[in-house]
Amino acid sequence: MSVKVRIPTPLMKLTNNQAEVSAEGGTIADILNNLESQFGGIKERICEENGTPRRFINIYLNEEDIRFLDGEKTKIKDGDEVSIIPAIAGGVL
Amino acid sequence: MGHINQNNLAPACPVIVDQSILKKIGHTPLIHLENISKRYPNVEIYAKAEWRNAGGSVKSRPALQMIEDGEASGQLTKEKIILDSTSGNTGIAYALIGKIKGYRVKLVMPANVIKERKGVMADFYGAEIVSSSPFEGSDGAIILAKEIYEKDPDKYFMPDQYNNDSNWRAHYLHTAEEIWKQTNGEITHFCAGIGTGGTIMGNTRKFRELNPKILCYAMEPAEELHGLEGLKHMASSIVPGIYDESILDGKISVATEDAYDMLETLEKEEGILVGHSSAAATLAAMELAEKADKGVIVTVFPDSCDTTYINFSKFKEFYESQSPTALPKADN
Repeated sequence: MSVKVRIPTPLMKLTNNQAEVSAEGGTIADILNNLESQFGGIKERICEENGTPRRFINIYLNEEDIRFLDGEKTKIKDGDEVSIIPAIAGGVL
Repeated sequence: MGHINQNNLAPACPVIVDQSILKKIGHTPLIHLENISKRYPNVEIYAKAEWRNAGGSVKSRPALQMIEDGEASGQLTKEKIILDSTSGNTGIAYALIGKIKGYRVKLVMPANVIKERKGVMADFYGAEIVSSSPFEGSDGAIILAKEIYEKDPDKYFMPDQYNNDSNWRAHYLHTAEEIWKQTNGEITHFCAGIGTGGTIMGNTRKFRELNPKILCYAMEPAEELHGLEGLKHMASSIVPGIYDESILDGKISVATEDAYDMLETLEKEEGILVGHSSAAATLAAMELAEKADKGVIVTVFPDSCDTTYINFSKFKEFYESQSPTALPKADN
């Protein structure tokens, strides 16, 4: 399966400044591993060592937060869109 | 003149106290972190309880300063709409102050800020919210706010908190003086997080005048992608115009997960519920305490977690018990 993955701006330096990239895999975990093979270092920014998303990172499959699906085991199909978004925004003090 | 009560010549509806809610900005308590300080012989750690400001955060100080300086300069007039980018706290402050003073307020914030924040502003204070891309964080909100302003500059008063000297002056004029008095001039170290840089810049500049020996450190997230709302990782962000690293003694990096764990420590050991950036500030203060032989370390707790963070971090169970959240989307 090939899906489009939307990358948050702070990680774009790892994706050659691309806001959207393509990744292959049958589950979210596969996609994250595939991203790592394309863009070394990106997975550790997104996931804990055990592969689950860090507490402040939300991953969406199309419109839905994967925490409410099957987590990183969530299956994907061709043409799906994956979005990686920090749960909160950096900003002002 | 109001209606006069003929029995005692007092107004029928007397003004009991001559204090606007806006007078409740500033003069916040300085809290001694008693149990955390016990880890360090001869060092005491204090935190400025900024959630006690009207508006609920440290940002009420610069917001009021920027608005009142705008009024004084004639740039802010009644027909103008106050417009700025924010990740939350400044927006709440603008909305409150606008409500009291009679200004309309339009706020640009990333679509992924904590939903309770938008609720506070939109529901209670009537601000208009424009959502920017959740992928772009606070920098996306800055850029979108500028675009909105530039399309119709006569319509808006844009404080531009990242580049407005009134931001840091609020702390230079008030916060630092309060800390100086509250510590009887015994403060030896100061540290605060960087968002716009207003807090660290204003306090540092005043402390340089009051006692140049006070060491001043900025705290920032350790990584570019982080979960410390309100804070900026400088190397990967638009650097605010008011931020001048050269006046500081150094910077301290804090990892998001460490700050989340510290939230629980603060609750268990000190009995206080604060936001993530306060927990990160505590870690910065503790790093200074590790290195100091003795001293009085003061940091700033920007906000509490009573309403704005209840569905986050250690409240993950609460969060996950709620309905699924939809992908946050920008308005355009």
